[in-house]
Amino acid sequence: MPHHPSRGGAAPSKRGRRMGRVFIEGNEAIARGAMRAGCSFFASYPITPASSILRYMLQMIPEAGGTVLQAEDEIASMGFCIGASMAGRRVLTSTSGPGLSLYSENIGLAITGETPMVIVDIQRQGPATGSATKGAEGDIQFARWGTSGGLPIIALSPATISEAYELTYRAFNFAEQYRTPVLLLANKELGVTMETFDEEAVDLPPLVERRRVAPDAPEYLPHLFSSPEEVPAISDFGGPHIARFTTSTHDPTAYLTTNPAAIQEMIDHYAAKIDHAADDLALVREDLQEGADTLIVSYGVTSRSAAAAVTEARSRGKRISSLVLQTLWPVPQAAIRKAMSGVRKIVVPEMNMGQYRIEIERLAPPDVEVVGVMKMNTLLVSPREILEKGNLL
Amino acid sequence: MSHRALATYMTDKVGPLPFCPGCGHTVLIKALDKALVKLAPDPKQVVIVTDIGCIGLADRHFITNAFHGLHGRSITYACGLKLARPELSVITLMGDGACGIGGTHLLNVARRNIGITLLVANNLNYGMTGGQHSVTTPTGGMTSTTPWGNIERPMDLCGTAVAAGAAWVHRATSFDGNLPDILATAIGQPGFAMVEVWELCTAHYVPRNKFGKKDLIALRQSFGFEHGPLVDRMRPEYTEWHREAFERGRGQAPPPPTIETCYSNRVSRKTGIVIAGSAGQKIRSTATAFAKAAMYTGLNATQKDDYPITVLTGFSVSELILSPETIEYTAIESPDYVILLSADGVKRVRAKIGQLAASCTIYADAALELPETEARVVRLPLEAVSKVTTATAALAAMLTHTELFPHEALEKAFRVFRSPSIAEQNLKAMAEGTALIDMTRQAGSTGGAE
Repeated sequence: MPHHPSRGGAAPSKRGRRMGRVFIEGNEAIARGAMRAGCSFFASYPITPASSILRYMLQMIPEAGGTVLQAEDEIASMGFCIGASMAGRRVLTSTSGPGLSLYSENIGLAITGETPMVIVDIQRQGPATGSATKGAEGDIQFARWGTSGGLPIIALSPATISEAYELTYRAFNFAEQYRTPVLLLANKELGVTMETFDEEAVDLPPLVERRRVAPDAPEYLPHLFSSPEEVPAISDFGGPHIARFTTSTHDPTAYLTTNPAAIQEMIDHYAAKIDHAADDLALVREDLQEGADTLIVSYGVTSRSAAAAVTEARSRGKRISSLVLQTLWPVPQAAIRKAMSGVRKIVVPEMNMGQYRIEIERLAPPDVEVVGVMKMNTLLVSPREILEKGNLL
Repeated sequence: MSHRALATYMTDKVGPLPFCPGCGHTVLIKALDKALVKLAPDPKQVVIVTDIGCIGLADRHFITNAFHGLHGRSITYACGLKLARPELSVITLMGDGACGIGGTHLLNVARRNIGITLLVANNLNYGMTGGQHSVTTPTGGMTSTTPWGNIERPMDLCGTAVAAGAAWVHRATSFDGNLPDILATAIGQPGFAMVEVWELCTAHYVPRNKFGKKDLIALRQSFGFEHGPLVDRMRPEYTEWHREAFERGRGQAPPPPTIETCYSNRVSRKTGIVIAGSAGQKIRSTATAFAKAAMYTGLNATQKDDYPITVLTGFSVSELILSPETIEYTAIESPDYVILLSADGVKRVRAKIGQLAASCTIYADAALELPETEARVVRLPLEAVSKVTTATAALAAMLTHTELFPHEALEKAFRVFRSPSIAEQNLKAMAEGTALIDMTRQAGSTGGAE
């Protein structure tokens, strides 16, 4: 068999990087971000409004010598990606809410196998089939708690086309650095809205590669850590070592174990590696105003309405702060607590029935009022609705 | 695949094989070991992928790479590994239970001909979970979930794989003395190869059915399931095919040109434009050209489209926002311009039309009936314009009327982003639209609402 022209873990590359302004949809920016991040394997099942990512990946990945497969279903998408990631590829899959439901069990597998992978969810109105072509943010808590075991994952949420690109790239870095699935929670309102985009204007951190076991190491223990938060070095299937992977409870050797102490140690490790990295993972945009009595906490496309609402409120002489969360999971608690400091009211606009508001309520001091602006009728939350329901006029 | 010769690919580091006395799995696993010894691959180049079920306990007894995944999904991990590293020898072990829950993966790996080896240990029931019936339990078979005998027909796994297009399929039993040779031949196939091995489940199926070797053989015959090699046909192996196809795909989709600012504009604030028409009027692509034209004048733009899932019928609506500033909120609550090009389009945005402010201008095909509106209405006699360029003509009329930015910007968008013949068609429509607005102006009908 001939060797595939490209393996995963490619060196930092500017391939596909484009100078100047283009007019593209969010899904294309996501695909470009993935390519910029060295994605070399993509598998996905068609679903509105995420389908076009498959098309863009098919256009771009041949140049990078990568692989694209339209899977028979969402379960197979995840299976292909998990296999390919453990063989060293940088992998991406994309879906929407109904497909994310089918990803659920394999997300657990990626957590327990410590598999780096990026999962894009272009959210649409649910539940169930809902409105396939309409926007929503209904998968926020589902992303966090969507697999058996309830262990932490990482989830980022882009608001703009630049963030669609940037956060996809960063999602790959986080996935590789922390050996974990990373979800990108976008919205139909971003995914299939065309916007002016300038790739050159986006600042990106250096590409992060998964830490690999030295080729001359005598053996490979797939889940070896010296302290719970340490991310184990990996050795790819087909690489210099014998590799193992298991869905069962296991010890560092990836052999099945039923020893409660060994099981607890591994569970503590999965939690600790994410919790310990909370500061590194906390991406937020702050627009804090001295002496503000109100704070708007938002994420995703709704944060763009929040930005317009803040501009309007300030023009009316209100003192108001805004915190936009690019990282939703783990909860960027330090940034939220800092932004809350001194305010009397927090407004949380969302295209769901208040899924992230409960995180804010959990962190808010008892004398601070938390007001949800909840909308789940397929339409964007408007700046006016934030101003009115937040009583900011 | 040659490597220093090994006497076995198994290890006793994790203890002896855990299977019940008389279980066919032990035979199959030992046959697999013998097949590997015969083929003598580098263990690092072999992955044994296992499913859930008793057979899923086997992978750790080998010194090769081992991948133990979710129930029914082992084929998908095997395919991912093979696609990522086609040089690997990927051998999947699963039971008849996995063929039920993951049947679609069996169909699709056979159809695609991805070069993995699939070994199905078919012991006619679920052993690990307590002897429930599976998709291969014989009709009349007693299991823990068929207390009056199985009323379902067993699935012909090999026949299913053959029907799906599998390149190499063989049905065997754990009593076949040449099983190691069969497995070695399967592993040596370039494409997808499947061996179904009929076995006795001595814990469940044997005692419940007073079932033995003779019964197993007779049973197979009674269902007309052929024994031995079923198909051996040359088909292109998928990973190789994928590589060749994607090499051909290189350079086929060069990145589209970037849009530099080369004209000026008179748009001083966020401006919303709604274009509503029908499928076939090129509403969306014309809106995109208009947005790109605006970008040639330095503006930012957003575009959202609304159309039925059946794209060749019904309404087609595009919403454009143009702004010198960053565009935050991307919905248009109060459009500045509305272009109405068909009855379908009017119907789709009817509610919006009723709420339009007096400051909004509607450019409407002269033939359309419009609901009551405060907005100023400019009628455009578009009947002479070709259907596929009505949107272009109407937008050119609007540009002439509003002078938002020069026509040259829209001409450039068509020239740069469309084929020469389509660009010419649209440039012609721009001239037609401009003439229409001049004509309408002379007739004095642009001055106010109808």
